[in-house]
Amino acid sequence: MMRSLLTLLAALMIWAVPAMAQQGGPLRLEITEGVIEPMPVAVPDFVADTPAAQELARNIARVIAADLTGTGLFREIPAAAHISRITSFESPVQFSDWRAINAQALVTGAVNVDGAGRVIARFRIHDVFAGQELGQGQQLVGDRDGWRRIAHKVADQVYARITGEGGYFDSRVVFVSESGPKDQRAKRLAIMDYDGANVQFLTDESSIVIAPRFSPTGDRVLYTSYETGFPHIYLLDVTSMGRRALPTLEGTMAFAPRFSPDGRTVLYSLSQGGNTDLYSMDILSGASTRLTTAPSIETAPSYSPDGRQIVFESDRSGTPQLYVMDAGGGEARRISFGAGRYGTPVWSPRGDLVAFTKQSKGRFHIGVMRVDGSEERLLTASFLDEGPTWAPNGRVIMFTRETQGAQGEARLYSVDITGRNLRQVATPGGASDPSWGPLQN
Amino acid sequence: MTYLSKTMILVAGLALAACTNPDRFEDQAGLGGGGFGAGAGAGAGSVSDPTSPAYFQQAIGDRVLFAVDQSTLSPAAQATLDRQAGWLMTNRDFTAVIEGHADEQGTREYNLALGARRANAVQEYLVSRGVAGNRLRAVSYGKERPIEICSNESCYAKNRRAVTVLAAGLGS
Repeated sequence: MMRSLLTLLAALMIWAVPAMAQQGGPLRLEITEGVIEPMPVAVPDFVADTPAAQELARNIARVIAADLTGTGLFREIPAAAHISRITSFESPVQFSDWRAINAQALVTGAVNVDGAGRVIARFRIHDVFAGQELGQGQQLVGDRDGWRRIAHKVADQVYARITGEGGYFDSRVVFVSESGPKDQRAKRLAIMDYDGANVQFLTDESSIVIAPRFSPTGDRVLYTSYETGFPHIYLLDVTSMGRRALPTLEGTMAFAPRFSPDGRTVLYSLSQGGNTDLYSMDILSGASTRLTTAPSIETAPSYSPDGRQIVFESDRSGTPQLYVMDAGGGEARRISFGAGRYGTPVWSPRGDLVAFTKQSKGRFHIGVMRVDGSEERLLTASFLDEGPTWAPNGRVIMFTRETQGAQGEARLYSVDITGRNLRQVATPGGASDPSWGPLQN
Repeated sequence: MTYLSKTMILVAGLALAACTNPDRFEDQAGLGGGGFGAGAGAGAGSVSDPTSPAYFQQAIGDRVLFAVDQSTLSPAAQATLDRQAGWLMTNRDFTAVIEGHADEQGTREYNLALGARRANAVQEYLVSRGVAGNRLRAVSYGKERPIEICSNESCYAKNRRAVTVLAAGLGS
């Protein structure tokens, strides 16, 4: 059985930081407040079925390893330490050689490029100490340009089978690419793989764009643009690149658009006569419904995953705080009560947490709290962190971090919901306002 | 077996379709500083000509400043706006866009709403002083267009502003 590796998954679902100790027998888990010991994994180069596949076979293994180690939950055993060489995908694995270097998981694979130029990758995941395959081997087929997606899909399988949670590597992020000085910053909408690869621009630099949001299926993007001179909301189809402005009242400003979980409704903020309230709009008909009527600022809304509730930011109490109300509007209850200002709440895909930006004592934090406001935990601290977005599996948060001063620049970072594994996301230049899309099909 | 080819093709298609928008947003403000409360721009005229946008910017004062998180008009701000109103009543060929701004200490969307409050406070005040409402329009840039770029109060104080940017031609 694959008992030994599977035990890890139980721990990863638990809030407290899991630690894992291996003491000769099967994997044993200790739930502690300490730092997790990452699981040692070996990802030797995939076997190239043809000479033409040689480079791909190496690159795919490298991306799989980068995905896994990037989670902070795995540590790669470098190729130089390997005793066995995988020269045939079909030959039995010499588990003793991998046990000897303490690899607990081993990923093997083979890559072929067929006559039509398609990439065919096969892979297996092995539980080294159990001497077993972990789940079934699989085959993936894709275009050559899509080889990174094949690697991400393999890594998602490894992650899912070992942790028991959904993966998030084969996903994309829409964000704002930034360049130029702070007082004349040029902004363009861009899309990239979750790891920063394959950046493509969706707009040019001619007008300010802010805060894009992926649709639940990742095929459309909502964003705010100043192309008329005033902020308005646009809906972009990322496949056809077709684009249209969503209708709003003459003489108003519309911003902060968010999709409903079924992709049919847009929540947004409308400023009229200096007052900003929340509205919802049926995308098909363009009909809007006003959800709040307070003279205060109501903005940065986010639907619960079931679409029944909305968490949002309001300064009705005097400072920006977080509130939850029914999706149709009505009475709202405050959920943030700590010292400081709270903003940009985002409901987690699992529905149990709200991620937010907190401003306190001149510092900014990304944090999470339960939906009822309890168990607030701050995950980061810096001069300016803001705008969290959830990975599809609800375990990782990406956000904007801006550095201080005249040379200040915005970059994207990710952090685990335990507050561990803070990493900068590789982007070609300045970047802000990430929105993490779903796992791709 | 999982077949990816279809989605792969879609991903590849995106690159070809990469957008090239035409330059649609010529700065709306046009006269007197090119928007964003920047310095005098083309068409601003001479500061010695009291009917010029340059005079409005420099002698009248085109901007008012706000306290942290506030949109209330200080006595100094009201005095500036009284002069702006007087000038606009005299020079009726101009319309104006009032740009509200915030400093960088705040989240992007909240600051957008805060800038809208500030621009609106100025618009309402000018209207209360007799300027026709249809000559004025408010816009918020939130923290997108600071005029000072340091990260301390000396810069923040200047960034928390509402700037009255003139445009030629009566809108109505």
